[in-house]
This record gives sequence, structure tokens and C-alpha cells, in this order.
Amino acid sequence: MDPMNYIVLAALLFTIGAVGVLLRRNAIIVFMCVELMLNACNLAFVAFARMHGDIEGQVIAFFVMVVAAAEVVVGLAIIMQIFRTRRSASLDDANLLKY
Amino acid sequence: MIPHMDLPVITETPPNIDWWLLAPLATVFAAGVLGVLFEAFVPKGRRRGIQIGLAVLALLAAFVLLVLQVGSLPADESGVTVAAGVLAVDRTVIFFQGTITVLALVSLLLISERRDGRDAFAAQAATVPGSEEERAHIMAGSQHTEVYPLVLFAVLGMLMFPASNDFLTMFIALEVMSLPLYLLCGLARRRRLFSQEAAVKYFLLGAFSSAFFLFGAAMVYGYAGSVNFGEIRLAVEAGGAEIFRGGDGEPLLLMGIGLVAIGLLFKVGAVPFHNWKPDVYQGAPTPITALMASCTLVAAFGALLRVFFVPFGGSAESWQPMLWVVAVLTMVVAAVIAVTQRDVKRLLAYSSVVHAGFVLTAVVAGSTDGLAGAMFYLAAYGFTTLGAFAVVTLVRTRDGGQELGDLDRWAGLGRRSPALAGALALFLLAFAGIPLTSGFIGKFAVFEAAVAAGATPLVVVGVLSSAVTAFFYVRIIVVMFFRDPEGEGPTVVRAGAATGGVIVIGVAATLLLGLYPGPVLDHLLPSSEAGSEPVAVMVDQASTETGAK
Repeated sequence: MDPMNYIVLAALLFTIGAVGVLLRRNAIIVFMCVELMLNACNLAFVAFARMHGDIEGQVIAFFVMVVAAAEVVVGLAIIMQIFRTRRSASLDDANLLKY
Repeated sequence: MIPHMDLPVITETPPNIDWWLLAPLATVFAAGVLGVLFEAFVPKGRRRGIQIGLAVLALLAAFVLLVLQVGSLPADESGVTVAAGVLAVDRTVIFFQGTITVLALVSLLLISERRDGRDAFAAQAATVPGSEEERAHIMAGSQHTEVYPLVLFAVLGMLMFPASNDFLTMFIALEVMSLPLYLLCGLARRRRLFSQEAAVKYFLLGAFSSAFFLFGAAMVYGYAGSVNFGEIRLAVEAGGAEIFRGGDGEPLLLMGIGLVAIGLLFKVGAVPFHNWKPDVYQGAPTPITALMASCTLVAAFGALLRVFFVPFGGSAESWQPMLWVVAVLTMVVAAVIAVTQRDVKRLLAYSSVVHAGFVLTAVVAGSTDGLAGAMFYLAAYGFTTLGAFAVVTLVRTRDGGQELGDLDRWAGLGRRSPALAGALALFLLAFAGIPLTSGFIGKFAVFEAAVAAGATPLVVVGVLSSAVTAFFYVRIIVVMFFRDPEGEGPTVVRAGAATGGVIVIGVAATLLLGLYPGPVLDHLLPSSEAGSEPVAVMVDQASTETGAK
């Protein structure tokens, strides 16, 4: 199969993730959409690595997984903290800072 | 036909890891790791002093190492790559790293400041604000000494960011810089709801933008067949990797440039990617805001300059129009919104956005003069903004109360505390770019480079925007000195040695760089008289050699 198809799939997943971040209101769901975007990046890197006959893109995918895991640790801690304070993970409720 | 995968080859010569040139980064990293260990093994009462000492020592050592490194660089303006080509070291990078180290040291003074045994950070961040447990922890005098290792890790990311020589390293640096900052933002002692909200907003938007950066890097990798900056540059000149030689890879490159730019412009806070800045700057503990406003901005611009000058330097015509639009939007929109602000930290945040717009005009210029102008501007702005935030930490609602954000209630500060108000007035005049301050020299250097590169309309917008911003800076000065206070007026807490030191350093740097900018301009910054191409200052031949397959 033409590896370009995987690039198109990656772009689709990335877009779904980006739209999800912009439209969803629950911090956890928003965060999951960001993870979807990062995984779309991984797919693109691996597919391009295949096209170029190069190992670099696959190595990058591993690095990105590690970074995404670190991000989960920090992100969930922050979301947990705000949930415990407000009893809600909705981003619409977090609206003290404005203007 | 799909070519075969190249199996990883064990080369005869091991990759060149130049530990001497890596030493500043290694020092800061080692100190961060040590700090984490100290958290686990040192008794509670002694942690704070040890952590502060460790952090200060590490940053001082890193700075000394950076200064010593200049001597071991090639005599011409070129640089070298280290650690198998993932990091570049040249004079420009060392200037950025040195600036970040010094600014981080000064912010560390602000971070370590304590008043009545309490610092700016929550006693125990895990407790719910207003709860019984929180009160118990405050009474027990608990404190988060983890702040110092977190700051060290953030500084490590900032030092790596402008030095990265490929997109993977740059992405890792971006995350190493950002993750500790997300946490630090949520640790304020007072107004914890604001602080937690700032952390969530910063985190989600930051992660969102770094995903854009990464997808852009993937597109560029697809186009060029490598993420190494030197190789991307060669690929851009050759029209893409081998599989794209027909010229049909161009959309990939354009998408890549656009998406990478979104990620980086978010970090510098340019309009339309600036929305996080006022919220985060207002909600975060003020010492952390100072760290972000100075060091993070310098690091992000270092990376931005590097990306646009080195890998994408060969296709300037494809990114310059985009940066034109962003620069104009940034200077106009942020200046107009800033006029309506009532909170001092939000106002300084919008001011930081406007300044990012001014520096962008130098990036658009794309010349060595532009690079030098941006470097001077960032260093000068860093010191001034640190001083301004140091003043903000001292003005309170009442003795022992929280910081006074509302600008209208700053009336009468000039009478109550003339020295403090005078220092803030100087910082604001420097922000406005009044002659005899560092802000004027910085603006002049930046605009001069932009005019020389033919971006005169941009400079006209910049000057008009400066005029608008001058209005609200002067308004603050008028409020402080010439308006009668309502009721009791603001309370000024006595500056401790650390905060006082930060303000003095800010005043000294603002005046020195304004009155005697010569030494910095002539000796520390790249100059076009050396005959070097604008990009040659930051690109290095070694990266294309070691990375070549």
C-alpha cells in the first residue's frame, strides 16, 4: 500500500484531535485529544521513515511516546488538583481569570 | 518502489561527544537530579537552604563554563556541533545561554524570597484551598522545596532550546522547559484558585501547541528525509529529499514551516497565539511569572531565530509574509487590548506580547543585524521585566496581605515609597523605549535592522504601536505619582535583601545598557561587518558533515 495513505490518516487523526481540543469542555477529554494529536505525529513520522527508507523517524516515535508519558504525569496532576478544588473537570467552570 | 530500510550501522568511530561543550547543560541537569535526591534524603528543616545553595551554585557554574567555552570555539564566527550533531554551540547560542543563566539567577533571588518565614508558594499544593488540611500545613510551616529542582529543570530546557540542532532535540527541550513551568504556575500561596486555573490553561494550551510543533516537524521530516537542521537546509536548497525531486514535496515543506511556527509563536506569545499569556502571568506566583517573562521569552526567541535562520533560511520567501502578518497583528492588537487593562500583572503580560511583536520585526529582517538587534532587545527586556515584577511582589493590599493587582489602587505609591515607584517608573519608561534606557537602544537596533532589510511598513506600525503603549505606561506613572490615594492607598512591604537586589540589578542593567550599550553591541553580538552571511552565524558546517549519510 502506498505509505502516503498513512500520512493522510495521520493528518485526519491530527485534525480530529485538534477539533476535539477546541470543542470539548472536559479537561480529561481535551487532554486525550492532545494525546491523539501526538500519536498522529508518531504515525506520520513512522510512515515517512518507511518512505525514506530511514530509521530516524521510528526512533523519534519512541522519544515522543516517552515525552507524552511525562506529559500525562504532569497534566493529570494539574487536572486532579483543580478537580479536587472545584469538584468539576469542566473547563467552562474555570473562568476566574479574564479581561 | 519503497527503498530498503537502512539497518543501523555501528560506525567504526564512536560519535563525538564533546563533554567540555556539554558541561553547562550537564551541570544544570546534574544539579536538578541532585535536588530531587535531596528532597528524598535531607531532613525537612535543612532542605531549603541546601536547595537554594545548590541551584545558585549550579547556575553560577554553568555561567562560568559558558564564558570559558567562548575561548574554545573556532576564531571565525562559526560554531561546532556536539553529541553527534544534536546540539550546536556558537557565539550566538552562548550569548542566549549566558543571558538565560544570568536572568535565571536573578529570578532565583525572587523565588527564594521569604517574608515572615513564608515564600510565594503554597504550603502544600495537594491540599484543597480553604480546607482544614491546608490550614494545618500553613501552621506547621510546610513548604515546597521541590520548586528549586523544578526551576533547574526548566532552565535546562531553556538552555537546550536555542542550542538544538534538530527538531527532535528541540521538541524535547520544549517539553523539558514547559513541564516544570506548568507545575510551578499552579503553586501560588495566595489566590490558589487563580493559580490552579492558570496551570490548567497553560498546560492544555501548551500541550496543544507542542503537538502542532511536532506535526510540523513530521512534515519537514517527510520533505527533507531528516530532522537535522543542517540537512534540512541542504534539502530545502535541493528541492526536497530524493523521493520528492520532482518538486511535488513543496506542500509538505510549507505545512511544516507553518505548523512549527505555530508551536514556536505560541511560546513567544505572539498574536493570535497569545491568549494564554495574560491568564498565566496573572495566575502564576509572581516570581515564576518573572522567570517566564524573562528566561522563557529569551529561550523561545532563540529557538525561533534558529529555526527560521538555519533550516528554513533557504526559503525565506515562504515564511516572511506569514511573520509580517503575525508581527503586525501582535504589535497592534496587543497594544490596543493593553490600554483597557486594570490589573498590573495582566498589563505587564500584554506588554510582553507587544515586545514579542517588536522582536519579531527583527526576525522578519532575516539579517545579521536583525539577529544582533533581537539578542540585545531580549537581554535588555529580560532585566527590565524582572525588575518590574519584583516591584509587583512588594505592593500589597495590606501588611501581610496579597499582592495588589488593581492599578487604580496604586494611586499614591509615589508618595508612600518614592524609591520603589521611581524604580518602577524607570522600568516602564524603558518598556516604552524612552532614550537613555536600554529599551530605547533595543528598539532602535531592532527597527534599524528591519528598515535595512526593507521592512519599513513594519517599522511604521511598530513606532505607532510604541506610541500607544507609551500611553498606558505613562498612565501608570501618573497614577502612582500624581493621583491622590483612595482611602489608605497601597501598602508597601519592606523589600528583603533578595527582592531589593533584583530591583537594583534591574535598575542598573536598564541604565547601563541604555547609557553604555557599546561593549555589548561591539563585543558580544554578531556583527555584519565580519562579512558573514546572516545564517552563517548560526549554521555550522560540522552538522552537515557529521549528519551526512
